[in-house]
Amino acid sequence: MAQGKRCRLSDMKPGDRFRIEKVDVPDPMLKRRLLDLGFVPGGEVKVGQRSPLGDPTAYRVCGTTIALRKEESDYIYGEKISHD
Amino acid sequence: MTDMTYTIALMGNPNTGKSTLFNVLTGLRQHTGNWPGKTVTHAEGECRHRGTLYRIVDLPGTYSLYSNSADEEVARDFLLFQRPDVTVVVVDATALERNLNLALQVLEMTDRVIIAINLMDEAKKRGILINTKKLATRLGVPVVPISARNREGIDALLDTVDAMAHGRINTNPLSIRYSPEIERGIAKLLPLVKEVMGDTYPARWIALRLLDGDTSLLQALKQPPQPLIKEGNAYACCGSIKSI
Repeated sequence: MAQGKRCRLSDMKPGDRFRIEKVDVPDPMLKRRLLDLGFVPGGEVKVGQRSPLGDPTAYRVCGTTIALRKEESDYIYGEKISHD
Repeated sequence: MTDMTYTIALMGNPNTGKSTLFNVLTGLRQHTGNWPGKTVTHAEGECRHRGTLYRIVDLPGTYSLYSNSADEEVARDFLLFQRPDVTVVVVDATALERNLNLALQVLEMTDRVIIAINLMDEAKKRGILINTKKLATRLGVPVVPISARNREGIDALLDTVDAMAHGRINTNPLSIRYSPEIERGIAKLLPLVKEVMGDTYPARWIALRLLDGDTSLLQALKQPPQPLIKEGNAYACCGSIKSI
């Protein structure tokens, strides 16, 4: 627990490990989708590679890699745990 | 030969080896096509075990039944309207946390569920140990470890399917308790749902979906999908694109 500051998943850099605190999405369908994909509060995410154009980014969550666009990862809040 | 044919639905997340299991069970006796009105592949086949004929339906791989993509609607509608005799939820032994999400959703809809933990060989390689007995006790339904690609555990799975189809297994599926506020809502809706829908549908589950504002479900209930029309045959190699 290096930084206790709350930030967005979209602010993370490749290699960062991130703990989700809140999934705060205005669109309930998108929220449901993100939860179903494994982006749940308390869950850990490892940030993978970013596509050449900067978006989307690959995230490792619950043993699977899921790509999210910035407009989706913007709504996932939490804290950076470490950088590998 | 018996005169009864039982319908078995296969469900699971994408990439859990569901279609591998489907191919192992049905071999060349399968048909593929599309679900009526949807561009979602439908595959079904036959399987005979200890004298009983089973119709196996391979439902689309989904993470959930609630996000209302075409795939998820097909899977949800099949459980709701076709009411398979047994639903086998195929889960990935190496990613149980992710996979149990769907399993719990299915347990809310029906009590005739078997959890098949696939990729047990892969889990072993990675040093993952799974206490299937404890999992079965916690979930309240049979749990069978398998490795579809090595054809391991298939007989045990079919024996369990057989026992459940013939009513020899009683289940007690884990029922999730929600927050007091949601439970109050369910309690209020439950008698109304039962009054309108009768006992054909899982009332608690429908009450939950109503609280969630699931319009896609309301649409489906108003106009249940037509029964499936078979759209020609295909060889096994086309049956499931991802076969092994």
